[in-house]
Amino acid sequence: MMSLTSMRIAILVFPGSNCDRDMMVAIERLTGRRPSLVWHKESSLDSIDLAIIPGGFSFGDYLRCGALAARAPVIDAVLDHAARGGAIMGVCNGFQILLETGLLPGVLVKNAGLKYICRNVTVDVCDTIDSPFTQNLETGTRLTMPVAHNEGNYFVDEDKLARLNDNGQIAFRYTDGSAHGPANPNGSSLNIAGIVSANGRVMGMMPHPERAISPELGGSDGATLLQGCLEALAS
Amino acid sequence: MQVIVNISLKEGVLDPQGLAIARSLNDLGFQEVDGIRVGKRIVLEVDETDEARLHQRVAKMCETLLSNTVIEDYDIDIPDGQ
Repeated sequence: MMSLTSMRIAILVFPGSNCDRDMMVAIERLTGRRPSLVWHKESSLDSIDLAIIPGGFSFGDYLRCGALAARAPVIDAVLDHAARGGAIMGVCNGFQILLETGLLPGVLVKNAGLKYICRNVTVDVCDTIDSPFTQNLETGTRLTMPVAHNEGNYFVDEDKLARLNDNGQIAFRYTDGSAHGPANPNGSSLNIAGIVSANGRVMGMMPHPERAISPELGGSDGATLLQGCLEALAS
Repeated sequence: MQVIVNISLKEGVLDPQGLAIARSLNDLGFQEVDGIRVGKRIVLEVDETDEARLHQRVAKMCETLLSNTVIEDYDIDIPDGQ
């Protein structure tokens, strides 16, 4: 087993990314090693154990959220990494970008209430296929983390939605918790807050684990989630 | 040449923006409005004079970037008389 300190993690940075540094701090606190920040114009990624696409408003959300970032030079390297079975995590805008690349199915459309939502939500960890992103979290564990998005309403056609559900690719679902407001903040199909790819190696989620890494920040459930992922990837 | 690409949401895809605008119009007294779908119009200036080739290239642009075919349809219009 590799130690967490020896893990090589890259966080991609696009013009308009704004959670890259929060993610860097979160990962460094958990692993003891600072991940590298990789500018979107890089066309290769050094050999890495995990690529993280952070939240933000890459390219100003122009055209569609994540559309322009998904065609940036660094994405070719991300696709190669994925083709080798490499692990990739996308949070919020990172999730939108992963959908635009086609590494994950579906699309995130405008919130059903048409409002930008910035508040805590609670999600249930679902029973999934074998995936480093869920294997260390017990099914049914409730995690409270903030969301901050205008387009988090997961949509895919009915057949694909049924397949995601049947294959165990739904990783996190919005559920009732201590947070104010309805459990499902944005109208997302099947209360989806996060999904994994068919091989379990790519995960996208709307809530921000990197913003919930200590009680001083309102909670540390995000650290629980990230720690579980990192330990699974290191084992 | 100028090309106009119209991008619309596929049938069956919820358009909360369209619903909100329709509701607003109804509230303003336009009771006859039964539904609204909001789309995008992209006007391109392309250095190409062969219409068939132009159409083919713009279709590729739509598939590659301009539309997300999971939820959107696109329509390419090359205005006459250019």
